[in-house]
Amino acid sequence: MDYSGNSKKIRLAGVVAVVTGGSRGIGAGIVRRFVQEGAQVAFSDLLEEKGKALEEELGKNVAFYRADSMSPSDIESLMNFAVEHFGKLDCVVNNAGAGGEGGPIEKISVEGFDRTIALLLRGPFLGIKYAVPHMQSGSIINIASVAGLAGGYASHPYTAAKFGVIGLTKSAALELAERGIRVNAICPGGIATAIFAAAVPDLPEELVERTPEIVEPWISERYPIGRSGFPADIANAALWLASSESSFVTGHALAVDGGITAGRRWSEQNQSYERLRERFRSAMAQTPTVS
Amino acid sequence: MNPLPASAKLRLENQVAVVTGGTRGIGEGIVRRFFEEGARVVFSGRSRERGKAIQDELGKDVAFFPADAMSPSDTQALMDFAAEKFGKLDCVVNNAGWGGEGGPIAGFSVEGFDQSIALLLRGPFLGIKYALSHMQSGTIINIASVASLAGGYSTHAYTAAKFGLVGLTKSVALELAERGIRVNAICPGGTATAIFSRLYPDLPLEWIERTPEIVAPWIAAGTPLGRSGFPVDIANAALWLASSESSFVTGHALVVDGGLTVGRTWSRMLDSYDRLRERLQSAMRGNQVTEGEENK
Repeated sequence: MDYSGNSKKIRLAGVVAVVTGGSRGIGAGIVRRFVQEGAQVAFSDLLEEKGKALEEELGKNVAFYRADSMSPSDIESLMNFAVEHFGKLDCVVNNAGAGGEGGPIEKISVEGFDRTIALLLRGPFLGIKYAVPHMQSGSIINIASVAGLAGGYASHPYTAAKFGVIGLTKSAALELAERGIRVNAICPGGIATAIFAAAVPDLPEELVERTPEIVEPWISERYPIGRSGFPADIANAALWLASSESSFVTGHALAVDGGITAGRRWSEQNQSYERLRERFRSAMAQTPTVS
Repeated sequence: MNPLPASAKLRLENQVAVVTGGTRGIGEGIVRRFFEEGARVVFSGRSRERGKAIQDELGKDVAFFPADAMSPSDTQALMDFAAEKFGKLDCVVNNAGWGGEGGPIAGFSVEGFDQSIALLLRGPFLGIKYALSHMQSGTIINIASVASLAGGYSTHAYTAAKFGLVGLTKSVALELAERGIRVNAICPGGTATAIFSRLYPDLPLEWIERTPEIVAPWIAAGTPLGRSGFPVDIANAALWLASSESSFVTGHALVVDGGLTVGRTWSRMLDSYDRLRERLQSAMRGNQVTEGEENK
């Protein structure tokens, strides 16, 4: 048995994929990369203007469909649309997301918590539920987050939902393994997209558009690898998980995070030990030497 | 900056890689896949005969260098050889491994424990240490195991060494991130190779060679995806980690295990709940009978 892709040919030839939240950011990166590799892609979003523009740019192998990832009927019709339009369904990328309500837990509104869970956890559930009846085999990819692996990277509701989506990934992976459908998650860290615009409420649309370039240096400084992540990084991971090259991979949470969840930065660790050495030195200096 | 590689070209073009333990199994799969994607590869191993045969088959872009992954001087000479032969070094795959001594901990020999740690944990340490002076940037890939993630998949010493290897991967990844070198691990699950032949001490060579086909159905039966892993599965993961497509990935333990470590399989969970239901039903019947008897 040989599943090695001959990389001189395109890697998603004959694959039909659905990407939710594909109008910008990571989702748009995945749509572009999948099309580049020969896939036919239906993508959803609430941003209609940007969606239509991307559809026009990429041509007949791409179709935009307006759908709200929080709505069961929208997601069901998105999957039906993809199958009607392209004849089948092989791959679903549950990507639609937003930052969610932040702040201390006693201040987070119940409605805000519910909305984040509805989009980030119930949304992927809907994406899997309504896609699976159309799928004979293939690959489902849930865009989780480094906030799915540890606290301290995002708001409370976002963190809870993203941990949840990794749980859902593993649970669904075990059921669907027996039907030949693989289910994996990608955990992006520090990707320069407009999602960070939520940090400033009511940011003017022009600055939302420019958010990626604004946040990029802020990410680069803090990440072990010394650069920001880009939608293409996540798209390349999604490409690998969608392709037959990963056909023995299921239930995995693939971290694409420039090393941020690997641990404390090397230089930080050294600085911290240097401060400890200083404490020793000053403690020794204060102790009179017994002669 | 959108680092989109054009996939119309070979994915490891102009790369020079070292693969330890490349004469068979997963290592051989990686040598072949890297070569297919345009890399020049130096591989080590203890079986000179197989090493020479693979080198002859693949031609001038592949070179065999006999080296013991437990030996500091051998590993240093291997890295020097690769850099001299092909002019540089971009990628190291620390793959050499075998099952080692097993059995209950009280009966486990100290020498057997030391051997496993020396090959599976100290070996990759040596591989990284001696490769670095030749590397400007690039990637290091440590072949870990599902035994790096949980107990119960291999021997005590193997499990301890492989957990350690993921720790080493993360620790070194953080240091080398600042120099532009990425360090990741791959955790293979059941992969049909001769590593399982250790279960039969002194297995004749012919049967060692045939081990992959003997173990494949046994692995498939215990793997959620319903098939065995093959060296090419791990090679495809290594290819992704070696290529620029994963250039934002470091310190990660990439699991390629057909779902083995994800949890209890779906059908086993259903069976287990069926048995629970039966117990509850029989308890209810028992209750009714008891009540009936009381009514008599």
